[in-house]
Amino acid sequence: MSLLQINNLNVRFGDAKAVPVVDGLDLSVEKGEVLAIVGESGSGKSVTMMALMGLIDAPGIVTADSMTFDGSDMLKLSARQRRNVVGKDLAMVFQDPMTALNPSYTVGFQIEEVLRQHLGLRGKAARLRALELLKKVEIPAAESRLDAYPHQLSGGMSQRVAIAMAIAGEPKLLIADEPTTALDVTIQAQIMELLLNLQQERDMALILITHDLAVVAETARRVCVMYAGQAVEIGQVPELFEVPAHPYSEALLAAIPEHSEGAARLATLPGIVPGRYDRPQGCLLSPRCPYVQDNCRQQRPSLDRQAHSLVRCFYPLNQEVA
Amino acid sequence: MSVVLTARELTRHYEVSRGLFKGHALVRALNGVSFELEAGKTLAVVGESGCGKSTLARALTLIEEPSSGSLKIAGQEVTGANKAQRKQLRKDVQMVFQSPYASLNPRQKIGDQLAEPLLINTNLSKAERREKVQAMMQQVGLRPEHYQRYPHMFSGGQRQRIALARAMMLQPKVLVADEPTSALDVSIQAQVLNLFMDLQQEFNTAYVFISHNLAVVRHVADQVLVMYLGRPAEMGPKEDIYNKPLHPYTQALLSATPTLHPDPLKPKIKIAGELPNPLNPPSGCAFHKRCPHATERCAREVPAFRQVETRQVACHYAEQFL
Repeated sequence: MSLLQINNLNVRFGDAKAVPVVDGLDLSVEKGEVLAIVGESGSGKSVTMMALMGLIDAPGIVTADSMTFDGSDMLKLSARQRRNVVGKDLAMVFQDPMTALNPSYTVGFQIEEVLRQHLGLRGKAARLRALELLKKVEIPAAESRLDAYPHQLSGGMSQRVAIAMAIAGEPKLLIADEPTTALDVTIQAQIMELLLNLQQERDMALILITHDLAVVAETARRVCVMYAGQAVEIGQVPELFEVPAHPYSEALLAAIPEHSEGAARLATLPGIVPGRYDRPQGCLLSPRCPYVQDNCRQQRPSLDRQAHSLVRCFYPLNQEVA
Repeated sequence: MSVVLTARELTRHYEVSRGLFKGHALVRALNGVSFELEAGKTLAVVGESGCGKSTLARALTLIEEPSSGSLKIAGQEVTGANKAQRKQLRKDVQMVFQSPYASLNPRQKIGDQLAEPLLINTNLSKAERREKVQAMMQQVGLRPEHYQRYPHMFSGGQRQRIALARAMMLQPKVLVADEPTSALDVSIQAQVLNLFMDLQQEFNTAYVFISHNLAVVRHVADQVLVMYLGRPAEMGPKEDIYNKPLHPYTQALLSATPTLHPDPLKPKIKIAGELPNPLNPPSGCAFHKRCPHATERCAREVPAFRQVETRQVACHYAEQFL
């Protein structure tokens, strides 16, 4: 059985008639797997993970046929039961390390808090373990950093501390939501390497949320491309990069400057992601899609198995099997 | 071939207070940057946070006076120019900022914001200004009805188009763009980059394009200037720098940038550590503490920024990478 199995997840803000922010998402993650979720702003990638962690409050409405993590249905858990899972077996690293840490407490206190809460460690044992964790995430002069406050650390260091907190409970699944977007490239490379090393060492599953396809190409085995709240293509790396089947995946790849090296102009997808008032009746990409046909404007395609991947499109591309 | 922008040993230092009883410390935010830029060409400035990119932008756009060095715009010396001359010069250098959410006045209609540069700097009548604004709006892909709208009614990509249109209203000789696409999604980034290229062709404007994204820089630049801790590390034609970087920092930066088609046989150059504290920069070469090739000489001597074949490099051992 998969470690995480999400079936037909819908998230709405407002009443039941509101436009879904996440629209019928099916997703599964195996033990020890690296899955990347890519998409542009507003595609629902972060909201999906917030829903999984139970972090969506009213007026947000989360519904799903099932959302099973490690054998328990996350939707049916009481708040108390969920607190025992979230932060321990299921942990998250956020985008902005400067706001993820509490500015009023020392780094050591914040890591020890996780250890106290989830592993029952106290006093010296907790402090020793916190020190071990800081060393694990390769923070130089770890002993002196335990008593440092977040403002005394650089962005890269803060992100390392946030990772130390996330792995403190020995999670089975770590969700990293744009973990390197706020960091410089050389630091980004260091943090990605650290995350992947930890993932392999602990055989932990990792969901990497990002908008940067190049990061995905270098790290993930499987990738889910999201557009306007729907998964439009789920496939393997590097196949999805070589033979994208959904027009949106193709456009996203083509828009990267690296892709049109030497060309004077970049390939673009005209227009912008549909908002709540101009959501098309048919395929959500139909107003922007260069391959659009009549029935695309009328009906929504479903996510179906095609030659290389799961694709939500009536006319998938690159289907000739090599 | 006409040089529109010449910088010679441009330097900007800031004094920062270290508390009541200590003397002021000096941050050398920009330290001896020289370059020439021709009309219709693009100089890209790359580097990580704190390398002096934005200080350079502020000096070039006359927002701040350089501490020393000389700057010539269209043949006229900026340092020491009087108030009237500076006002003239400002027409020739315009700027596009990183966040299109912060750089547009939320209370002013788009049409009025675009007409303001003309109102201040020209004697055109109201009708003439309106005509010019509408011509420019069409050029950047905005519709005539957008004239009466406010910034909040636009998406990030459209706002960046407006910011670009406003900067181009006076047809400046030099446009300084400070991370103009880093707040945008990839597909929108591609649209905006194409617009930048189109306008450059149309008006033969020289661009100083500041970015940390090396893939974007590779697409737009003619010349690339790599900076580290306020000093130039390497400058030269784009193809030379990307194909054979001579400075170890450029090498590390290029190697750390994720790519769509990672080559598993080509190991990544890892550089440890983070940017040193600019208040207390290392002796000798600023990069020596992180450099994999550093020798004792690097810790002692500041490397000169010298000509090596087609480019300039600040490394004692640049030749050995040829």
